[in-house]
Amino acid sequence: MPDGITNNTGPLLAIRGISVRFGGIVALNDVSFEIERGQICGLIGPNGAGKTTLFNCLSRLYEPQTGTITFDGHELLSQPRHRMAGLGIGRTFQNLALFRTMTVRHNIMVGGHSTTRGGFIANALRLPIVAREEARLVERTNALIETLDLGAVADTPIQGLPFGTQKRVELARALACEPKLLLLDEPAGGLNSEEVEKLRALILMVRERYGLTVLLVEHHMNLVMRVSDKVVALDFGRKIADGTPEEVRNAPDVIRAYLGADA
Amino acid sequence: MTVTPNVRLIGLFAVLALAIALPFFVGGYRVFQFTMVLDYAIAVFGANILTGYNGQIALGNGAFYAIGAYTVAILMNHSGLPYWATLPIAAAICFVAGFLFGLPALRLEGPYLALATFALAVATPQLLKFHGIEKWTGGVQGILLDKPDAPFAAINSDQWLYLFCLIVTVIMFVLGYNLLRGRTGRAIVAIRDHPMAASSMGIDTSLYKSLTFGVSAMFTGIAGALGALATQFVSPDSFTLFLSISFIVGVVVGGVATVSGAFFGAIFIEFVPPFADQISKAAPWAIYGVLLIFCVYAMPTGVAGLFRLLGRMIFRRQPPSSSEISPARLTP
Repeated sequence: MPDGITNNTGPLLAIRGISVRFGGIVALNDVSFEIERGQICGLIGPNGAGKTTLFNCLSRLYEPQTGTITFDGHELLSQPRHRMAGLGIGRTFQNLALFRTMTVRHNIMVGGHSTTRGGFIANALRLPIVAREEARLVERTNALIETLDLGAVADTPIQGLPFGTQKRVELARALACEPKLLLLDEPAGGLNSEEVEKLRALILMVRERYGLTVLLVEHHMNLVMRVSDKVVALDFGRKIADGTPEEVRNAPDVIRAYLGADA
Repeated sequence: MTVTPNVRLIGLFAVLALAIALPFFVGGYRVFQFTMVLDYAIAVFGANILTGYNGQIALGNGAFYAIGAYTVAILMNHSGLPYWATLPIAAAICFVAGFLFGLPALRLEGPYLALATFALAVATPQLLKFHGIEKWTGGVQGILLDKPDAPFAAINSDQWLYLFCLIVTVIMFVLGYNLLRGRTGRAIVAIRDHPMAASSMGIDTSLYKSLTFGVSAMFTGIAGALGALATQFVSPDSFTLFLSISFIVGVVVGGVATVSGAFFGAIFIEFVPPFADQISKAAPWAIYGVLLIFCVYAMPTGVAGLFRLLGRMIFRRQPPSSSEISPARLTP
């Protein structure tokens, strides 16, 4: 399918035969699965199973040796990293990757970079198109600040904000590129059980409001099983299960991976 | 300066009015010194865009200052173009030179980039003496320039040159401020803070870093061009490594990642060496060093950072206005 044409039928994301090796270590071995539009897909597995590696293939930080990734009719692996946001893939990071000297508002506005066009010359001359784009971006940023309850800290620099707040800023920043697919890398990491409950409601709410498809890497089994429509389990770089939360929970390979060979 | 936009605008116009009036109240040599302050302010702003905002530590901007100066000198002596028409050409040449130097520099980070640009600054004076281009550059002798005449009889040529530099300075600062306050400025700072996240947000980091290098070189080149007009002389030994380092000194003293800091940095560059000389004829650079260390310790976010802090205390307004980027510190 040629670039730029959106394929509205079939899965939003199709991962086929992805393998990643670092030297002699196989991080991902022939992994394939699909995510349908509107689904929340949980990606689980013990430490070192290859979850984050797969994530980094999706945001083009790692180059897989084999396999293809098709997103919304586009062959992802033929596109540079900075095109991902423009294609409609927003992401958060396992260990926060915010712009620390910038305010919450500016961080979210950088997230909307791919939704605006003005370059160096247009900005230096402050052409009317720049002012119009900026006004639209400010409007959307304000809406995201409200949605994610960041109003009180909107003009505060990131440095020094509480961890949970920074996580919400990352989510707002990821949503600012108007994504079709949202990649969440361990969003519950470091949150207490009350915060995890809020996070679950938040994920469901943003999926509903923005019509998102979500891929979620998470250790917090309770959250994954209660928020996902579909779960994919990895172990030692291989896919060991793929199905509804119920099916995956009861899959013998998953039980073995989590509890040991004799369980 | 975190005060309400109106107060800021009034303050800005007051400063501008003072700047316009200045050459009519001070004597000849002072006018020249303030012309150089404007000129260095453009160069310091250029270095700040690259180093302060984008986080690429550049010790070689003296090379682009030299290219700008020589472009004006050669064009005025060989092409017969009027002095003002040589400025856009110097700007374009320096932008291209900076952009091209920025491409291989993409592979270098922090101290390694600093060293590569240091190499550029060290090599420049001797490259300018190269025999093959002596016909244009005048070799070791350099080039003498005519002083631009004032277009009105009411002012002398020194005053006119100051006012001409003031016009160019205002244009460059408006362009630079616009570049930094919107989409491009946020992207430039995002790359400094977290390059990997910046590219995940859709910023073409390689293109942005090269373009920022080009813009920085362009500002520095225009400063060099004005400097050549002001001193009416260019020679290889005017563009030493110390000049390149001075721009970074100006960035740090004035305030890393601030717009107004460029003027304070430029005042330091122009006035502190002769001041140090007055205090001690024997060891002026020791005095210079002490003053520099004092500035760095007493004002870690530069003079502009200090003023911003004072403004915040006086006007009791906590959050910075939304179009403002907070002053930062250099982190190689």
